[in-house]
Amino acid sequence: MTPPDAKRPQGPDDQPDEPEISRRALLASAAGIAGAVALGVRPYRLLAQGPAAAATAATADTAVVVPPDPTAVPGMVTTARGIRSPFVHPERAPAGVLSGASFAPLQNMSGTITPSDLFFERIHNGVAMVDPAQWKLMIHGMVERPLVIDLPQLMRYPSVTRTYFIECSGNGRAAYRAPKPDMTPQQVDGLLSTAEWTGVPLSTLFREAGVKPGATWFVAEGGDAARLSRSIPVLKGLDDALLVWGQNGEPLRPSNGYPVRLLLPGFEGNTSIKWVRRLELSDQPNMSKDETSKYTDPIPGSKARQFSFVMDVKSVITSPAFPQQLTDKGWWPIRGLAWTGRGKVAKVEVSTDGGKTWQPARIEGNNLPLAPVRFEQMWKWDGNPARLMSRATDETGAVQPTWADFKRVRGIGTDYHFSYIRGWSVGSDGAVKYEVEA
Amino acid sequence: MRRLVAALLLGVAACSARDAKDVVPEGPWGLGRAPTADELTAWNTNYNPTGKNLPPGQGTAAEGKAVYAAKCASCHGDAGQGMPPAYPQLVGKDPTDFSFDNDFKIPHTIGNYWPYATTLYDYINRAMPLTAPGSLQPAEIYAVVAYLLAANGVIADSAVMNAETLPKVKMPAHDRFVVDDRSGGASFR
Repeated sequence: MTPPDAKRPQGPDDQPDEPEISRRALLASAAGIAGAVALGVRPYRLLAQGPAAAATAATADTAVVVPPDPTAVPGMVTTARGIRSPFVHPERAPAGVLSGASFAPLQNMSGTITPSDLFFERIHNGVAMVDPAQWKLMIHGMVERPLVIDLPQLMRYPSVTRTYFIECSGNGRAAYRAPKPDMTPQQVDGLLSTAEWTGVPLSTLFREAGVKPGATWFVAEGGDAARLSRSIPVLKGLDDALLVWGQNGEPLRPSNGYPVRLLLPGFEGNTSIKWVRRLELSDQPNMSKDETSKYTDPIPGSKARQFSFVMDVKSVITSPAFPQQLTDKGWWPIRGLAWTGRGKVAKVEVSTDGGKTWQPARIEGNNLPLAPVRFEQMWKWDGNPARLMSRATDETGAVQPTWADFKRVRGIGTDYHFSYIRGWSVGSDGAVKYEVEA
Repeated sequence: MRRLVAALLLGVAACSARDAKDVVPEGPWGLGRAPTADELTAWNTNYNPTGKNLPPGQGTAAEGKAVYAAKCASCHGDAGQGMPPAYPQLVGKDPTDFSFDNDFKIPHTIGNYWPYATTLYDYINRAMPLTAPGSLQPAEIYAVVAYLLAANGVIADSAVMNAETLPKVKMPAHDRFVVDDRSGGASFR
């Protein structure tokens, strides 16, 4: 037996400290534009050949041509699936591993919803491909009526649709341990994504099965090659946990657990078991590998926190951010995301002087519990070096600590829940770099 | 453990008033069926610290050495040293004082970090080897577990691991794990 790929990070704790952002990804935008413009002397060829060719074009991926003057020639015909503009190339940053992660390109996104094909991935032995006709969920253990349901049956229960973020509890690790000036928002915080989810409250299924007195935990197990398993308090299952099949208006993507995943709002991402196939009610946790040797947090005092489920309050400025370059003095919007696993974001503040002074930022749009908010603050850059930071406060009163305070309280060797304040420096040349400390 | 569980339940209960409840009709809806005996046998594979579900069979470190060499060593090294950063180091007693907060480069091994011995059986059975998970038989798993525990100095080289003995193994780091005391609010922990 040989290792699948010994050169690449594989283990759950071995995510690359610096996710791989390919040069291709950074250059793709420029190359795409140049290429499209070079081809752009012709209008859309297939349309010009008549209706039959147009019908073919509607079902095939065709070369997209950008004419010099889009008002002078007809545009594209209707197609089966939409495409991104040839000028737009957002990409995750995959390391191409069976056990590892790919980071969402936060700097390329607007609003709070993550396009489903850009939702971050964290997998423990590959993305499982599950035939929905073969899928079933078993609920057993300390229940009155052990239950097996298939997908059509799951979809017959009363459903809800909610917007929630999912965040890997390792998010922010590389920027904490080894911050580098050329880190992008994707590299700093790309293990955060948000979707509108549709599914069944787990409380409905717990009622159907009848939770026995004394059942305080349930062990959720995935149907992937890692059979990833986590023990969750039953009270969370009765509170706001969902079994979801819908993501942003369509079935879950395979890397999000198609056909069904558990969704535990506000909890660290790995607990929202993908490809979920089994829930065992118990009077104690299973102490599986991913709740003992991993996903536990060393802290000062020679201890480690266990079952550290809830995500702390966080924020990150996504613009201006590396590799952005401010082109001239004047007004620039400082934009970013803020989120908390403990309800709603109460306040976001922005500093342009490295944390000496703070101004409240405007929270834009809906402020939903356990979903990120967008914040924005208009800033007049005077051409001098500046230090941009954001600091979120949630409705419990929790405030993001500085990097130094975080390190003092949690230790440099802590392994998850990196909620320190992120920051960017702006040079007098307008170059923006990741820089966390004042 | 009881203290850990009680504190957790309080914490979860405290945040349950947080947002508007999903209001759905309550049922009962009468969908689904009872699992068959075969389904329960095939999928009932949680092995918690009580050991109550562990299957018959047994193994020793000497037997496990051969299984390890054939099934595990290509990734985890011939002596459990791992292949960082791809494949974790499995064997290592230091630091014995659990001072992981000082240095993120210290490998978390079975000997210096894992709090429960039953976790080895649960994990190897469900997920290892990476390219053929679920392929090892109970006796092979007990043997590999015995080999890894002996290599970490947790059990004697001659110890037999089975459903009786494995849950009784006390891991060096067993008492290092504490309840999550973060609960929001102004005090950062």
